[in-house]
Formats: sequence, structure tokens, C-alpha cells
Amino acid sequence: MKTTYREAMRAALREALQRDPRVFLMGEDVGRYGGSYAVSMGLLAEFGEERIRDTPLSESAFVGAGIGAALAGMRPIVEVMTVNFSLLALDQILNNAATIRHMSGGQFSIPLVIRMATGGGRQLAAQHSHSLEGWYAHIPGIRVVAPATLADARGMLWTALADPDPVIIFEHALLYNLEGELAADAGAVDIDKAAVCRAGGDLTLITYGGSLGKTLQAAEELARAGIDAEVIDLRTLRPLDDATIIASVSKTHRALIVDEGWKSGSLAAEIMARIVEQAFYELDAPLARVCSAEVPIPYPKHLEDAALPQVANILVAAEGVMRGKA
Amino acid sequence: MTMDPRLARKLLFEMVRIRRFEEKAAELYSAGKIRGFLHLYIGEEAIAAGAMQALRPEDAVFATYREHGHALVRGISAGAVMAEMYGKAEGCSRGRGGSMHLFDAATRFYGGNAIVAGALPLAVGCALAQKMQRRSELTACFFGEGAVAEGEFHESLNLAELWKVPALFLCENNLYAMGTALERSEADTDLVEKAGSYNVPAKSVDGMDVIAVMHAVQEAADLVRAGNGPCFLEFRTYRFRAHSMFDAELYRSKAEVERWKQHCPIAAFVARATHEGWLAAGELEAIEAQVALEVGQAVAFAEAGTWEPVDHLTRDVYTERAPS
Repeated sequence: MKTTYREAMRAALREALQRDPRVFLMGEDVGRYGGSYAVSMGLLAEFGEERIRDTPLSESAFVGAGIGAALAGMRPIVEVMTVNFSLLALDQILNNAATIRHMSGGQFSIPLVIRMATGGGRQLAAQHSHSLEGWYAHIPGIRVVAPATLADARGMLWTALADPDPVIIFEHALLYNLEGELAADAGAVDIDKAAVCRAGGDLTLITYGGSLGKTLQAAEELARAGIDAEVIDLRTLRPLDDATIIASVSKTHRALIVDEGWKSGSLAAEIMARIVEQAFYELDAPLARVCSAEVPIPYPKHLEDAALPQVANILVAAEGVMRGKA
Repeated sequence: MTMDPRLARKLLFEMVRIRRFEEKAAELYSAGKIRGFLHLYIGEEAIAAGAMQALRPEDAVFATYREHGHALVRGISAGAVMAEMYGKAEGCSRGRGGSMHLFDAATRFYGGNAIVAGALPLAVGCALAQKMQRRSELTACFFGEGAVAEGEFHESLNLAELWKVPALFLCENNLYAMGTALERSEADTDLVEKAGSYNVPAKSVDGMDVIAVMHAVQEAADLVRAGNGPCFLEFRTYRFRAHSMFDAELYRSKAEVERWKQHCPIAAFVARATHEGWLAAGELEAIEAQVALEVGQAVAFAEAGTWEPVDHLTRDVYTERAPS
């Protein structure tokens, strides 16, 4: 059936609310407004105010309340409107959600799901265009996932809710309108493994979230130029699925990472380090990466485009790796 | 005033127990047995001892890094608390938390939190769960007056009242946030007014008077249990010891500390109980002997405890899942 990423996400929320009475959704404008990105549109009418909770603009309090409710036996889904606002709740996420299990010697788990929109590309300027998935992926104690496909938008939530530990779901804002075919019986998917989205033998392109579409497009153009690229969608950013990455790189012997985060200290840097640690002698060329420029994301379209990874950058970088130059 | 002698004895016992336990902890800190931060509650014992009487076993409790007293009165054994401070595997948090992070699922003690005001949002969420699950429980959250300067205090009180959750906010105002006096950090030092501005019923109580504390918390707990939403209580108190073992106390005078020591909650209660005839002759001595025995046993338990093997290092970061 034809659907959108937004509808797939909504279907996942609806299923979770129907299947488990412990599940509830809370966040800014998730109820009457229908969700800042219209993901939860209609759910208030269907499930009522007790389970679809509009919150004040108090990110720290409502994320913390999600942790507290999870401690007390509920299965909260907390929507933080964007990753930018999540910085106001970072204390709760890092100091409580990620640590309580450990600090309590394993007595308390936090079965909490936090969803947030991420990424740039909509001319929203420097405060509304962050890609901080790499920051969150730095933290032991939480799991970080980035659905990039309709199947994952539909299927990751239920699995995340079943996880006894906190899971953060990053939804790239440019994906909500993504349209495509989804099986009518699509349901839960694993949140452990990376996916090989396109098989190829010459070069491995590793990416996630909002950059998957650009990377697949680049792979098609490379194919026309005679370069057969394999594309890996990481899907889960913490813990990383090293096995899938290393298996692919061991086959292609070349790798390029596409990551919308800033280059310094990025997820791309971590993946490169792991490849070097685990598969250095498999490499026929220096590793390369396409990341966001080291600049707060600017407002004008031409400058924003220049700051974010684009198909053209991926092609140039991929051709460099094929020539053996980083 | 009449009082059940058993209750009087219990209140006194709990306060003496906290004090002697912590005096021993300070000694063990100097001896290098306890490391990290150690925040003593000495001087503030009446609050934990009085407040816990109004709580039921099924209620949830959240506390701060100055929580040895709360943990003990809530029912975590002195041995498990001491072993935790030693970092031993037999500690109430398996040694992973230390003095600031005492946890115990059995007594629904959700920790010592070392981030000022960090537990308030958790308490709101826990109380929300209690309400959504239609349980007649409440969540008690202890914190210091320093938390009032944090945004999380304001966000949490507003949210708790907006959603009418059964949360009991128990503010221990010992006048100093580490070394910063309340009047040096708050434009308006009236905490009751601040809580009241969120429509949360609020009251100030003499935190050095264990009976006043007990009655105030009982009254507030009744209101909360009746479904009226949260309550806020401010307890006026004073910490007799330094903020932590690293504190040279440059910010307050010795004379001020001495003045407050004249209001010692234990001495005050003994005087009153003796006057009212609640305590039999020799009762205090008997309590001291019982506490000395318990503290001695706690130290022995901690000394005999074991170190978790280093190859367990990465345990309890994530819940272990059954292999699929």
C-alpha cells in the first residue's frame, strides 16, 4: 500500500497505544495541534487526553517525567519537538535515563522511548537544523536509532518500546513526506542490525537517516560511471553494528561515510576509527567522509546547501576513494 | 500533649541512628574507607525521621546526594548503606553508586540524585504513573532549597499541579546551597510563595521539630492521597557539618553554627519527651546502646563485603536480554 513516512510513524504510534495500555504519548503540541510535524494527528480524538498528553514547554520536566513514569511501570513515548529543544532535557537524558540502571546496581530499568525530529535542509537557520545524533550515540546506557525508510518508520517503535532501556528515535524532518510502498502487514523490525540497502562490490557507502536517500542517489550515478557501490543504512547508531560494516568493507576494500553531523568528533569519525581498528589491512584506499561543514547552519539556501552533505559531494568523495585519494 | 511512647521512642531512635551512623561515616572517610563525596545530614535528622512516618511502604521516595538519613529511615539496612559507601558489592546499589546514589527497589527508594533538582521531574513522572494506574500511592521527593534556583523546580511544580499528580515536594531549607546563602541567590527568598505561585498548597514548618515535621507531612500526604494534586512543604533547618568533606566553611560564621546547634533536633526532642513523660528513665541510653551496636555491625558488614570483579565492569549499562 502507498503511504508516507509520517503515516507509517502514526500507524506505529496507534498500534502501540492499542496493544499496550501502559503506553502513552506526551510532548509539546502532540494533542490538539496534532504534532508539530502532524505525526500524531487524530490520536487525541482516538485515545483521549490521558494518553495523548500536551505538555508545557518544559523539556526537562516532561522528559524527566517520562523517565519517572517508566520507572513506575508505564511505557511512555516522549516526543521532543526537535533535537534542538532536546538540549534543554539533556540533563535528564544523560544524568538520569542513561545512568539509573547502572547507579542502582541493576535494580531499576528505564523502558522509555524518546522521539525527536532532527536535521537541516529546510532553511531554518542555525538553531533549528542540528544533527546531534552522534552526541547521543556517545552515551552508554541509551540506544539510538534513526529510521530512514518507511518500513523502519513503521516498525522500529514497537521494538523500541519492548526494549527495557531508554531508546531515542531520530526522525529526519525531511523524511516525513517521503512516499512509497509499504506492505499492508508491515510490523515490528529489529533495532540491532544495519541494513545493506544496495549491494555492490567496488566501494561501501555508509550512512543513516536523512542522508540515505542522497547516498542511494549517488550510488545510482556512480553505477552509471561504472562504479558498483554498496550502501549500508546504519539504522541503529548505538550500539553500532560493526559486523555488517566490517563484512562489507572486507568485500569492497573501500569505504566512504556520509553523515549530516559536523565532521569533528562525528559519528563518521567513530565509524572510520572502527574500520581502521578492525579492518585496516582490508583497505585498498584511505577512508573518506562527507559531513556537514564546520559552521552553524546558515539561512540562505545556497549557503545551507553548501553546508550539508549533497549528492555532488558524495560523488566527488567517492571518486577520490576509487582513485585511492582521500 | 499525649504521644504513644512507642512512637516517641521510634522518632528518637531514628534521629540518633542517623547521627551516629553519619559520625561513623565521617570517621571512616578520614580513615580512607569511604571516598568520593560525603554529604552529611547531621542537624537535619528530624525531617527524614518525621516525614517517613507519614509514608506507606508502597509510596515512592526520591532524594538527593544528602540521603543517608532518608535511606536508613525508609528501611534500607545500615549495613547495606555502609557497604555501598565502601563501594562493596553487598551495598544497596551493588557498590556502583556510593554515598550519593543509594537505591533500593524493595523499599521503593529511587535514589540519591547528585544533580540539584534532577529528581523533581522523575518524581512528577512517577506520581503521574501512580495516578494513571489508579493506585492510591504517592511520590515523596526530598530536595534542598538550592533546587529552587533550578528551572526544573519550577517546571516540575507547574507540571505536577497542572496534571494534579500525587507528589509531595519536601524542601529541606538549610539556608545554604553549598556555600551560597539563600538571600545571595534568590531575589525573593519566600519559598512557600514560590510554590504557591503554581497553585500548589504550600507551608513552612520548623524542620528542627520532629513532631511538627511528622504532623505537617501527615496532613499534606492526606491531601495528596485524596486526589487534590501535589503539596509543597518547606522545612527550616540547618546543616551542622560542612557541605561535604572538602568544605572549609568560609561562608558562614562559627557563631552562627553554634547558635543553630542550640536547636539540635535530638536534644530538643529528648528535653520535650522527658518533660512530657514520653520516655522512660534510661531510654535514651538504651537507644544509644542499640544504635552503637547496629552501627558497629554495619561497619563490620561493610568491611567483610567483597569487591565486584573487574570483569563485571560493563554490567548493568543495559538490561541483559535473553539471547534471541
